[in-house]
Amino acid sequence: MFSYYVHIPYCVRRCGYCDFNTYTPSELQDGATLEIVSADYIDAVLRELETTPTDEVSTIFFGGGTPSLIPPKDLGRVLTAIRNRNGITEDCEITLEANPDSVTQEKLDGYIAAGFNRISFGMQSNKEHVLKVLDRTHNPENVRKAVDMARVAGFPSISVDLIYGAPGESLSDWASTVKEALSLDIDHISAYALIVEEGTKLAAQIKRGELTMPDDDLMADMYLLVDQQCLQKGLKWYELSNWSKPGHQCRHNISYWKSKNWWGLGPGAHSHIDQKRFWNVKHPNAYKERVFAGQSPIKDSEILTDEQKKAEYIMLAIRMPQGVRKAALTVAQFERTMEYITSGHVIELPDAIALTPKGRLIADRLTQAMLG
Amino acid sequence: MPAISIAKAPQPASTNPAQIRNFCIIAHIDHGKSTLADRMLQITEVVEARLMRAQYLDRMDIERERGITIKSQAVRLPWKSGIDGQEYILNMIDTPGHVDFTYEVSRSLAACEGAVLLVDCAQGIEAQTLANLYLAMENNLTIIPVLNKIDLPNAQPDKFAAELAGLIGCKVEEVLRVSGKTGDGVAELLDQIVAQIPAPVGDPEAPARALIFDSVYDAYRGVVTYVRVVDGHLSPREQIQMFSTGVKHEALEIGVISPEPLPSKGLGVGEVGYLITGVKDVRQSRVGDTITNYARPTKEALGGYKDPKPMVFSGLFPLDGADFPVLRDALEKLQLNDAALVYEPESSAALGFGFRCGFLGLLHMEIVRERLEREAKLNLISTAPNVVYRVTMEDGKEIIVTNPSEFPEGKVNNVKEPIVKSTILAPSEFIGTIMELCQERRGVMLGMDYISEDRVEIRYTLPLAEIVFDFFDQLKSRTRGYASLDYEEMGDEEGNLVKVDILLQGEAVDAFSAIVHRDKAYSYGVMMTGKLRELIPRQQFEVPIQAAIGSRIIARESIRAIRKDVLAKCYGGDISRKRKLLEKQKEGKKRMKMVGRVEVPQEAFVAALATDADIEKIKAARKLEN
Repeated sequence: MFSYYVHIPYCVRRCGYCDFNTYTPSELQDGATLEIVSADYIDAVLRELETTPTDEVSTIFFGGGTPSLIPPKDLGRVLTAIRNRNGITEDCEITLEANPDSVTQEKLDGYIAAGFNRISFGMQSNKEHVLKVLDRTHNPENVRKAVDMARVAGFPSISVDLIYGAPGESLSDWASTVKEALSLDIDHISAYALIVEEGTKLAAQIKRGELTMPDDDLMADMYLLVDQQCLQKGLKWYELSNWSKPGHQCRHNISYWKSKNWWGLGPGAHSHIDQKRFWNVKHPNAYKERVFAGQSPIKDSEILTDEQKKAEYIMLAIRMPQGVRKAALTVAQFERTMEYITSGHVIELPDAIALTPKGRLIADRLTQAMLG
Repeated sequence: MPAISIAKAPQPASTNPAQIRNFCIIAHIDHGKSTLADRMLQITEVVEARLMRAQYLDRMDIERERGITIKSQAVRLPWKSGIDGQEYILNMIDTPGHVDFTYEVSRSLAACEGAVLLVDCAQGIEAQTLANLYLAMENNLTIIPVLNKIDLPNAQPDKFAAELAGLIGCKVEEVLRVSGKTGDGVAELLDQIVAQIPAPVGDPEAPARALIFDSVYDAYRGVVTYVRVVDGHLSPREQIQMFSTGVKHEALEIGVISPEPLPSKGLGVGEVGYLITGVKDVRQSRVGDTITNYARPTKEALGGYKDPKPMVFSGLFPLDGADFPVLRDALEKLQLNDAALVYEPESSAALGFGFRCGFLGLLHMEIVRERLEREAKLNLISTAPNVVYRVTMEDGKEIIVTNPSEFPEGKVNNVKEPIVKSTILAPSEFIGTIMELCQERRGVMLGMDYISEDRVEIRYTLPLAEIVFDFFDQLKSRTRGYASLDYEEMGDEEGNLVKVDILLQGEAVDAFSAIVHRDKAYSYGVMMTGKLRELIPRQQFEVPIQAAIGSRIIARESIRAIRKDVLAKCYGGDISRKRKLLEKQKEGKKRMKMVGRVEVPQEAFVAALATDADIEKIKAARKLEN
């Protein structure tokens, strides 16, 4: 089992809530177009690829940024290189993150031809006022068109990303978004509570008092709503913020949560190989410089202690329905979960403990309590 | 030139009492006493100009910063009178200016024949100054009224001269006018001290009797005791005896302060100076005690000796439990220099190990806490201050309660609390406001007098507990800072008092228990439960917060169960970040205190116990950090 994450650090413009490692062309170079700044980016990624293990690959994920800004033939070069170098499994999952505004039928056909078999659209909301607060550019109607085109192109697995808890979003706004998303008959939904990251435009607006975050109780209700609605449509939770139809779980993401081995290509990308985590320099220019100079783009690394590895296991496993194996818990850790069983946050399975819906909402607190 | 060089001036141990004048300065904190003292040091040339610094006599940093003098000193100033041309020795005895130190003030006054009543002529007399003035008059001291700060643009010397003249019964023209800042009128003041204040009288042949009016611990010399010789003579190397304890010491060094310590051949009748015996603890050399010769002791002590009695108690706990030994050592060290400080170990379920400390009053408490924090670099939580209650049970047993958690459970017959007689001076426009405040605080009015056309003296009896709460802050804020307060003990009185407990999930939190008047129990309960509801983070279960008198619940709030505590997203790069966050939270958890099953951050205890002034301090500190 080996996976690649390929980071595409470009966006047409930056959304107000986003603190991801992504850049607009003008942030990188005055007056430049995307074509100019990204011209040799794929070359750089291919250079880094040469330094990675040669294990057969079972999942590949292009994330960003906005990967769908890059033409199919360019992303295709990366896929071809991996195929030739590592080989890929017969059922290899190859995902593209896409902005509903930046796709056309022709482009989507191209991605299918390049080998992609899974697409995830950033829908976020179907309410204009919510999209506006989030600073998203797309027209909510484009999501349906994009999903239809992806289906025509032949994507066997289609997902949308949603965000809840934006300032000014009501429970009924959210209900409408969820209903709309589910009506697209997609295979997979990711729904994230909005996190206000320091240094973003949104954080500044909140600090200035222009926007107010909804309280945690409303966020909790929003979570329970999407969980219930998904279940009714046959999408089951397989991770805290992810629901899918049977067979449509994102295997790439599962490999993160199960601490499998993966290599992240591109600036700021994180990798995990055995007990080592490492990450690349963050800025695309620094990344390119290093790679083209024949240097490693790795900025820093950490080797996990056994204790840290166990902590990560609990922290990640608790986020999935299978839960944490009892055998992996110390007596004290297990005892500390008892009161959460009493309070209905945790259920005891024959050889594991797992979260109930209300328990999922306090997963971090529970993890903390278990770790002591 | 009226100054005399020290070498030529009359020498200690051989100064004729007729040439001596002993005086103190009675003044409010910011009325310019230290600045006036600086000018006196300069004009008498005991301090060279190049060595002069502001507030010369206030040695401790804490005094200089807060602008108050905690420990008095006595300075020997040679002076040639501009009136009769004779040489004199003036001993200036500095006095503390705050209500907590009334007893120390009274001993300083007892060492003098006269007092300079110093009043800021932009502000007029303050209540504590008035109280000290009355004290001085009771001691038959000659009072020289002086208006200071005549250089200020908003000075009203005529108005306040009339006020002072009315208070001490002199003519308006007899009120001197000086500026400590410019030195105007200071030489004339020294001449008037010589002219008006009587010389000390004593029997040089009698067994020695010297009054201890201050006692200071010095890290190098041990305890330095300040004395005024009344009769006889004290000489170095002789054996002396403390009258109250009978303990014998050797006078290793005797001298005068000029204003640096200057060893002398001794001290004779009427002289003021210091002595060092090598003792390490001020409690062995107590203010108010009489020193006599061991070989030829006096039969009769000088009057007025009292043991300092703590009036206000509070628990002091280190924020970090590991600092307990540091706190213990720091208190031990502090007690060497503070005979009034008492303490004993206390353990609180909520706050851990600390000490129950007794203080003379609120300022004393604040000073002790500040010195502990500053000198021992400690972070402390203090519980709400309380007074001493005497609880009589139905079976007649009496229990002294200095800590609400010691309040007995069983059948209580009555509870007595200390009562004080308080004097408030304020502009007459605030009469209504002040009466309202005193009424709210269970005050009983004793009387009211106009001390000038628009200033009044209002007298109330009040329970000390009410003053200890936040009376002074309230008085200041409701009178825009114009009112001043003084009070003196008046014994105990029965009160309708109850203990209010604060319960978290049914468990009493000892640090929040309080003894309050029954009429105020409800508002205390509502205030405290409300505060805690804001301060304690939500838990995974609902947490009821209750206020109770015994088993009766009088107020209730609840902290709703937490519903969301999860980061929604956790992909590749988030994993390290999230694990590190967990590790950090684990560290933070060490600062959590468990009350039953409820996790309470230490900050919540601190904030719940903090006064408004503390909160301002915390906010200011945070601002600095940001």
